[in-house]
Amino acid sequence: MLDLSYETPKPKVIAGAKHDWELVIGLEVHAQVASKAKLFSGASTKFGAEPNSNVAFVDAAMPGMLPVINEFCVEQAVRTGLGLKAQINLKSAFDRKNYFYPDLPQGYQISQLYHPIVGEGEVLVDMEPGIARLVRIERIHIEQDAGKSIHDMDPNMSFVDLNRTGVALMEIVSRPDIRGPEEAAAYVTKLRQILRYLGTCDGNMQNGNLRADVNVSICLPGQYEKYQETGDFSHLGTRCEIKNMNSMRFIQAAIDYEARRQIAIVEAGGTVDQETRLYDPDKGETRSMRSKEEAHDYRYFPDPDLLPLEIEQAWVDEIAASLPELPDAKKARFVTEFGLSEYDASVLTADTANASYFEEVANGTDGKLAANWVINELFGRLKKEDHSIEDSPVSPAQLAGIIKLIQKGDISGKIAKDLFEIVYTEGGDPARIVEDRGMKQVTDTGAIEAAVDEIIAANPAQVEKAKANPKLAGWFVGQVMKATGGKANPKAVNEIVAAKLGQ
Amino acid sequence: MSDLTKLTVADARDALRTGDVTSVELTEACLTAIDGADALGAFVHKTPEIALEQAGAADARIKAGDAPDMCGIPMGIKDLFCTNGVASQAASRILEGFKPEYESTVTSQLFDAGAVMLGKLNMDEFAMGSSNETSCYGNAVNPWRRGNDDTLLTPGGSSGGSASAVAADLCLAATGTDTGGSIRQPAAFTGIVGIKPTYGRCSRWGVVAFASSLDQAGPMAKTVRDAAIVLRTMAGHDPKDSTSADLAVPDFEAMLTGDIRGKKIGIPAEYRMEGTPAEIEKLWADGANMLRDAGAEIVDISLPHAKYALPAYYVIAPAEASSNLARYDGVRYGHRAKLAQGDGITEMYEKTRAEGFGHEVQRRVMVGTYVLSAGFYDAYYNRARKVRTLIKKDFEDAFAAGIDAILTPATPSAAFGLGEMTEADPVQMYLNDVFTVTVNLAGLPGISVPAGIDKQGLPLGLQLIGRPWEEGDLLNTAYALENAAGFVEKPSKWW
Repeated sequence: MLDLSYETPKPKVIAGAKHDWELVIGLEVHAQVASKAKLFSGASTKFGAEPNSNVAFVDAAMPGMLPVINEFCVEQAVRTGLGLKAQINLKSAFDRKNYFYPDLPQGYQISQLYHPIVGEGEVLVDMEPGIARLVRIERIHIEQDAGKSIHDMDPNMSFVDLNRTGVALMEIVSRPDIRGPEEAAAYVTKLRQILRYLGTCDGNMQNGNLRADVNVSICLPGQYEKYQETGDFSHLGTRCEIKNMNSMRFIQAAIDYEARRQIAIVEAGGTVDQETRLYDPDKGETRSMRSKEEAHDYRYFPDPDLLPLEIEQAWVDEIAASLPELPDAKKARFVTEFGLSEYDASVLTADTANASYFEEVANGTDGKLAANWVINELFGRLKKEDHSIEDSPVSPAQLAGIIKLIQKGDISGKIAKDLFEIVYTEGGDPARIVEDRGMKQVTDTGAIEAAVDEIIAANPAQVEKAKANPKLAGWFVGQVMKATGGKANPKAVNEIVAAKLGQ
Repeated sequence: MSDLTKLTVADARDALRTGDVTSVELTEACLTAIDGADALGAFVHKTPEIALEQAGAADARIKAGDAPDMCGIPMGIKDLFCTNGVASQAASRILEGFKPEYESTVTSQLFDAGAVMLGKLNMDEFAMGSSNETSCYGNAVNPWRRGNDDTLLTPGGSSGGSASAVAADLCLAATGTDTGGSIRQPAAFTGIVGIKPTYGRCSRWGVVAFASSLDQAGPMAKTVRDAAIVLRTMAGHDPKDSTSADLAVPDFEAMLTGDIRGKKIGIPAEYRMEGTPAEIEKLWADGANMLRDAGAEIVDISLPHAKYALPAYYVIAPAEASSNLARYDGVRYGHRAKLAQGDGITEMYEKTRAEGFGHEVQRRVMVGTYVLSAGFYDAYYNRARKVRTLIKKDFEDAFAAGIDAILTPATPSAAFGLGEMTEADPVQMYLNDVFTVTVNLAGLPGISVPAGIDKQGLPLGLQLIGRPWEEGDLLNTAYALENAAGFVEKPSKWW
């Protein structure tokens, strides 16, 4: 595997009234494990079910009920850790995080505070070709999700839906290595891409299957480097945590707002309070949810209902051996193996379906040509009809067929577009269509020569002009193409026209 | 057959198999005895319809030749066990009206084997107490009295109803649970046998949790043999309880040979405590002599960290309880306080829990919350866990040195009067557990065997502590002690 070289992006700088300020950002991403059953019960995790229909006795915290770990969820966490090049802890343990809330029936969330299953890893966050930020992952732990409280259905009552209660989450905690709102969104995007490659989380942010808590602080230029050298957080500003963001756009807007809010406070001589805040997308602002003083004392302690989680290296190795090629490696390979630009390689590796479609087309044809066709023609056409690659009417084999006809010189690029449209709307074997409908490019120089002679004979005035100004030869080429219904090989036409005009 | 309720499980089993008695007859006899024993406050939910139906089914099974040991045996079930469709309240007001839609693994195993449920038994609220006085149903009463003194005595706790019911022959055996001594102390107070098996031997699934790392279910019975029979059916691996051990359950009864020749019995120096009544000291010495006479070797041993066990226990158990009891919030089941206009979720929690939990439970929830709080966690909870590790190691060292079982008193006194301790410092009450909590902290099996009668005519028990997973061996040592002690006294009926 080989990596592409990159440079580190410049941190975002916000000009305050007095100084320039830099941002320091760390994220806690909650990714729902793509599992059909919950973390400690057999209840379904299907989205959109009737309220309180996916609830086992243990999810509702009925007396005497006990959690039993879902091995599949553990496997997904290990897989995710391996995908983030992280250390896998063969021994981890579950702790209880205690707090009261109606959508938390047990009165505690089972999580992993002291001994997470995954240790340090990394994510390479691509900003643009050749520019990327390496974000360190501090840890990943598995924990239960809470249910949903609904307060606006009745003036006097609140409603609780426990369907989500106990669903498995992976909390992926980054170091404060992210230096701007765009980087934060790019980090989440990259993380989601990796999770989808691994198949461990579907990354659907709308359904809340991927959410982020964002920690934001500000510092003067130069301070971050001091922090990096010493690891001493006192070089950085006081951080605020913005909870539960489920859109890339909101993440950026909230960070930008929050940074400016903190700058205004500090420049006015105040201090930033460490607190938990919520982003209000309607007003475009963050507001305080609870201050440090109001912060819960979660009274974490080891869950006595669960034994420490011990896994074997052989099992981890087995999972490692089953990992797919991940985005960075695939992108690098596309650049080197198919000669693509880094940009095109990024587009094609954005998700595995696109990438494997492209590879099927590119194998046996030409990489660059295939990339052009997939990105420009196919993606453009699919987007127009809001189709995903999975339900593309043109199969990779069909698109490869079209490209092969171009490569053989059987059709021109222009005809190929017509052919693509026919295949897209009507289906069929491209070679057969070309044959049946007489779309084959004329490469018979005799026929082209005859057509050129005819045009020259019919347009003596143009011939004179063209002889004086060779640029006008294009007009003859166009006329020949028109006369041959676009089927003439453009290269041959160009050569013959030039020769006949004595150029 | 006269006075069927006085039968042991073993005798009843044999009589059922020979057809000398039917389960319906046994059950009816018990139901009559229960109805005549309301003064004992042992049964808090009677289930005669279920009992007679189960008894009828058991008789049919016996007739068909399919009769496991427990088939047709009428039992009482501690209220801490969730029983399908039957009130299961853990003797707490907060679980008022709660009828589970599931059956605990332990009771399922008993009923699958044909055991008959007579009803639910009284206990301390959430198993927190040593006298059965914290029950929302009112206290259970010990069938024993001090000679002619009619002072009502505690049957002990938390499994007080189970102890009282078995001692008064209201049922042939009962289930109990033991977090710090809740099977062994009441067994000692009522002259019966109670065993707390190794942690992980019986499934905790469906048993209302007090302190998850300490809770274990076990049988309370009239004899060691009965305890062996009932335990075999209660025990076994349960995939629904992650802390349940995946180990085969031996035929404990078959291991009761009474032969303990060559066994090494440890007498821990640290269990000799100041203030222990002379009668208890004497009982302990007598017990050691009986085992020696039976061929065992008596060895003085040291369990140096034993003195820290009680404080460690009273940090760890409340800590776990404070979290385990958080689910009783009035949202989904059980009691919910009536709310005033304008009350929100916080008021609902506060009022519900203030009304639903008794004082002792509230005390332990608060202690537990305190020891887990930021700033106190290391000083209390973490230190207690370290102590626990040391206590466990003390036992491991003793066993590694060849000790087969450890003999101690079961309790620091005989049964005391109801109300006598309620005004005292709660720590006085906690001292009841001084001999028993170490066993829970170390996860070991422990059994209480009646071994004598004090001057006032009350039963006294001795405790034997065994190696992990060797309940069979422990029961056999207890069997030898039982034979030697020859304890046959019964409380005279006054209720």
